Amino acid sequence: MRNRWIRIIVLGVIFLAVASAFIAAYTADDSPFDVGDLAPDFTLLNLDGEPVSLKDFRGQGVMLNFWATNCPPCREEMPAIERQYQQYKDKGIQILAINIAESRLVASRFKDRYDLTFPILLDEDRSVTQRYGIIPIPTSFFIDKDGYVVAKVQSMMTDEMIKAHLEAIVP
Amino acid sequence: MSTLKCECGHVNPVGTELCERCGKPFDEKDQGILYMRYEGAALRSRKKNKTFVDYIWNFFASVKVGVGLLVITLIVSMFGTIYPQQMYIPATADPYQYYPDQYGFAGFLYVSLGFHQMYSSWWYITLLLLSGISIVVSSIDRGIPLYRSLKNQQVRRHPRFMQRQRISGRVVVDDPEQTLANVADVLKSMRYKVMTGEKAVMGEKNRFSRWGAYVVHLGLIVLLLGALLRILPGFSMDQYVWIRDGETVPVPGTENKYYIKSEGFEVEFYEQNDEEGPLIPEEFRTEAVLYENMATQSGQRELREIKRHTIRVNDPLRHEGLSFYQSDYKMNEFSQFTFALTHQESGEEVGLVEIDLFDPASEYDLGNGFKVELVEYYPDFELDAKKEPQTKSPIPNNPAFIFRVITPDNPAGETSMVLIQQTIVAPGAENEYALKIKNIAFNNVTGLMVRTERSLPIIYFGLALIMLGLVISFYWQHKRIWVQEQDGAIMLAAYTHKNWFSFKQEVERLIDLTGLPLDKRTLDKEVPMDE
Repeated sequence: MRNRWIRIIVLGVIFLAVASAFIAAYTADDSPFDVGDLAPDFTLLNLDGEPVSLKDFRGQGVMLNFWATNCPPCREEMPAIERQYQQYKDKGIQILAINIAESRLVASRFKDRYDLTFPILLDEDRSVTQRYGIIPIPTSFFIDKDGYVVAKVQSMMTDEMIKAHLEAIVP
Repeated sequence: MSTLKCECGHVNPVGTELCERCGKPFDEKDQGILYMRYEGAALRSRKKNKTFVDYIWNFFASVKVGVGLLVITLIVSMFGTIYPQQMYIPATADPYQYYPDQYGFAGFLYVSLGFHQMYSSWWYITLLLLSGISIVVSSIDRGIPLYRSLKNQQVRRHPRFMQRQRISGRVVVDDPEQTLANVADVLKSMRYKVMTGEKAVMGEKNRFSRWGAYVVHLGLIVLLLGALLRILPGFSMDQYVWIRDGETVPVPGTENKYYIKSEGFEVEFYEQNDEEGPLIPEEFRTEAVLYENMATQSGQRELREIKRHTIRVNDPLRHEGLSFYQSDYKMNEFSQFTFALTHQESGEEVGLVEIDLFDPASEYDLGNGFKVELVEYYPDFELDAKKEPQTKSPIPNNPAFIFRVITPDNPAGETSMVLIQQTIVAPGAENEYALKIKNIAFNNVTGLMVRTERSLPIIYFGLALIMLGLVISFYWQHKRIWVQEQDGAIMLAAYTHKNWFSFKQEVERLIDLTGLPLDKRTLDKEVPMDE
């Protein structure tokens, strides 16, 4: 009797190990954190050269948008982001647009051209881009007032999409 | 639970063929040579299929299944090497197009069957896991009963066990006790480990050789584990990083823990004998510095230098499992443009404007009321679908500038556009002042492959175990010789698991040295000995 139980346990352990190896290998995506996790804090310089940290906005809903001027869909969604920013900025929402590794001049001229009023942060060496595991751009994160990631969108967004996501993180 | 009690009093598990202690064969009808590979121990897998668990167990414990799985795994592994795996084809290529284009119909088959990413495919990993399970189960199935039998064996054996050994003999002597003492001495002189029991002597040598196969199994398991660990995040990484001369960038995949700086990339060419031939590169090298980032927050740096190394092809920078290989390069990327603000008519130069293409300023003050504003800058200029100027990439492959030139005479300024590599007559052609390119500075960019292979030590350890196991089972052999008094006569039996020829010579030597009147020719039941 004892031997039989030992065999069942041995086989069970092996199958569990196999199953967990599979699950670990095939559910792991490249993203270093998941929706529901605490968004990693960072400090970057804005266009005026002042440091801005994510945690400064604890208590507010934050939308992070990773972009670059050479990405057509990023350019295309910017006006929509600006329109929604105007709607939500007084409702406890902050939008931070993180420019990926472009020069200050290129980013600030772009801001002027598109009349953007939300802060633009410069990720000069891509360290935050890497920390957030950004692959396609634009990628946007919606972070609630406690700093947890509520949604991650890896595509261009329309006014309606942005609105719906912002609505979910209004504090 | 039923057990099998032997007449010697030892309680054996059900299914035992030879008593673990005295070796008595439980099957009384058979009279042939005993099957000794597992010492007649009760193997689970030899039981008739009873339950579902038994059925699975027996499947994996089967040597046929195990060998079959390993052979299939090996053959399939070869298929993955026919054409390059997906990670070695250009990253931007669509594999479903690339393989058929490159290799025709065979390439189409290759990609359709998923061989282009075989080593991480679910079925390949399943195959590895099944092989692993088979090795574990068959090792437990045989190893543990074998160990029990060898541990429980006693010196005095059941006469039928002696009789049914491949080498056995029986002879009547005058003084059995004296003979046994003599045998013990001779065995000792032959460097056997001698044990004596009740009117019985056993010499044993190199029992550990029986475990060689299990050490090999363990090595295989470690090897498979090492291979499987590669699919877990953090164990294996293949990344790429481009670094401009003088730039310090975070190492991808390390969550900003490490930064790497290139202090310069260079290509050295072989000296040319004839002037016609192409330049042949002799060496590619990057002067690299690795830093650890002490800052806890992304976006911030607090770098501490940990290593400096000149990376050459096949001479990577290594640190704690991270390796940086020289892999690609880009020579002569634009880094700085120097313009001369020139009066069109007179050709007189007012001053120089030096523009860092990676960090341009928004205005350049030349003094005396002359100022150049950089109104727009497109590092990689193109016109998009709406015919609007845009940049194609952040890299200054095709920089374009729109300047406003403010002069003491013209405080409102005049606008001019400068395009490199394209001679479009800019709207500022009729301007009073023009910006003319005076000098261009270039940068080299090095492409480094960043790899971690944390499973490599595990794989080496597995290989070492396999080697050790092979050496153990090839260069040593387990030998046992039993001599005991039985009904006034002396019985001799001997067993080894391989290399019988040399073993028989040893048994003969024992017979010669002790003077036992045994007939050597009839000793071996399988091959009668020559004279």
